[in-house]
Amino acid sequence: MFVISLIGFSIQDNLGDPLRELVGQSVSEAERDAMRERMGLNDPFLVQYGRFLSKAVQGDLGNSYFFKKPALEVIAAKFPATLELVIGATFIIVVFSVPLGVFCAINPKSWFSKFIMGFSIVGISVPVFLTAIFSIYIFAVELGWMPSYGRGETSDLLGWQSGFFTWDGFVHLILPSFSLASIMMPLFIRLIRSEMMEILQMDYVRFAWAKGLYPARVWFVHALKNTLLPVITVGGVQVGTMLAYTILTESVFQWPGMGFLFLEAVNRVDTPLIIAYIIVVGLIFVVTNTIVDLVYTWVNPTVKLVGQKS
Amino acid sequence: MALLEVKDLQVEFPLGRKTLQALYGIDFALDKGERLGIVGESGAGKSVAAFSILNLLSKPGRISGGEILFEGRDLSKLNDKEMRTIRGNRISMIFQDPMMTLNPVLTIGTQMVECLKAHRDISSAEAREIAISKLREVMIPSPENRMDSYPHELSGGMRQRVVIAIALLTDPSIIIADEPTTALDVTIQAEIMALMLELCKTNNVGLILITHDLAVVSQVTERIMVMYAGRVVEEGYTQEVIKNPRHPYTRGLLKALPQENRPGQRLNQIPGSMPALDAIPAGCAFNPRCEFADGDCVKAVPDLVGEQGHRAACVHVDRIPAFVGAGGAE
Repeated sequence: MFVISLIGFSIQDNLGDPLRELVGQSVSEAERDAMRERMGLNDPFLVQYGRFLSKAVQGDLGNSYFFKKPALEVIAAKFPATLELVIGATFIIVVFSVPLGVFCAINPKSWFSKFIMGFSIVGISVPVFLTAIFSIYIFAVELGWMPSYGRGETSDLLGWQSGFFTWDGFVHLILPSFSLASIMMPLFIRLIRSEMMEILQMDYVRFAWAKGLYPARVWFVHALKNTLLPVITVGGVQVGTMLAYTILTESVFQWPGMGFLFLEAVNRVDTPLIIAYIIVVGLIFVVTNTIVDLVYTWVNPTVKLVGQKS
Repeated sequence: MALLEVKDLQVEFPLGRKTLQALYGIDFALDKGERLGIVGESGAGKSVAAFSILNLLSKPGRISGGEILFEGRDLSKLNDKEMRTIRGNRISMIFQDPMMTLNPVLTIGTQMVECLKAHRDISSAEAREIAISKLREVMIPSPENRMDSYPHELSGGMRQRVVIAIALLTDPSIIIADEPTTALDVTIQAEIMALMLELCKTNNVGLILITHDLAVVSQVTERIMVMYAGRVVEEGYTQEVIKNPRHPYTRGLLKALPQENRPGQRLNQIPGSMPALDAIPAGCAFNPRCEFADGDCVKAVPDLVGEQGHRAACVHVDRIPAFVGAGGAE
């Protein structure tokens, strides 16, 4: 986290002059200098960084220049929208990639598997904004089945503005989730397929066949459980990466989430907000990886946390 | 009629345009409660023969000819569903490496109960009881606790005992053991082998033991079958074959055994190595490595000759001098 904050903070000097956006053309150069001095922007880098760090450990990442509110608060307000998008995309990935990956591993020669494999290459190669724009064109513009932008109606659930529980909000979620999922799904299908094909060659799978078990039991209990171990590891990292891709998806769909906010902040040279975003994303990375490690210990009996008795 | 009768079994592996033949028509039979040893070097086709009985050949291997009659039914013609009622129920298998045979993410109990429930209409509690009693039979201490253990919590010898218990779960009529002790410590090998022998005798279970260890075969089995390059080169009653081997290959294997009364001596070895499947020599496949080979050996593949109870496939059977044992004068 410390390293992330250092990197995040050090890029701010290269982003441009925040004052240009902050004040109008009419303000004189002398007044600008005075303002810089007041905001501490003329201090040496280390002094600025030290000031930032001592505040950061107290939970204060500075105020957004544009919103005139604490940067964390601004991000927190947008966080649910992004989280919903990531949850929606993760859900789609799990629902589609596991059965498809397993199918392709079991029937590597069927035409359907070959089709899926070919299609997944296309999926990996096409950038997410292109998928997003095409899906808007097809489903929203041409067919008119789905709304093309925004979050739609949200409902209040324990202080959480959620789009999950209203039909309108849910429909708005479909296209963005699918286009966000489209970048990861082919990877997961291929990963599950290749892992599972390897596992199917293992002696314990052969032994399971020799025991006369039903195919479903061999595939989904004996093979799939072992297949998912490495997939979970990769999956945790990819959830973080997906967060990065939300920047693209959210800007195409005008989705009022963190990624969209970040792009706006970059345009406005709103450095405290940019740094706060980078730090929050870093924190999410760390948290998801910790969760993945915990889940892994729980799924894989050969890995035990220190101090835990079996 | 024999319990299991394999007639002219042929197995091939189609690889691209080429097709490799792994078994060139082998015959053998097993009576109820009989113990048969299949020996040979790596690549002789012993495991292929064993796996083809339950149609568990690794892809793309397939049975291309012959019959596998079990209680009068041809196993090679059964569909998957019918095959499932045989596998793990009437015929079970023990694999080579107990580290690899048990699924690492499932408990011992789960892996035992699922096998019983696949073949019998019983409750999980009943299946658990049977599983515990089988674990006791293979002398695993405190079997109730072991049911909830994962394989990695057991030693290699213990795991192989669990595998044996799984093989015995459904009271099968035949157990096929593919090198069951090769991956174990030498001290544990003898223990496991003795355990298997005893369990097969008390339960009157037929055993097909695949191994390259002639010493084990001579202690455990009643009949022996020596394989080389996908063919049977010698077969018969174990004691008869061991005392008086007729095929030069069998003689070579026996000579390679370390002798108790001759410590410190170099072990004999058969020169050369088993031919690859796509480069099997014409005629008798063993001729390039054989000390008795001459022009007759490359003309045709020799048939098994001799009386029932000891046959060998060598054209020079009558010319070969009596066997004097390992380390003896040539």
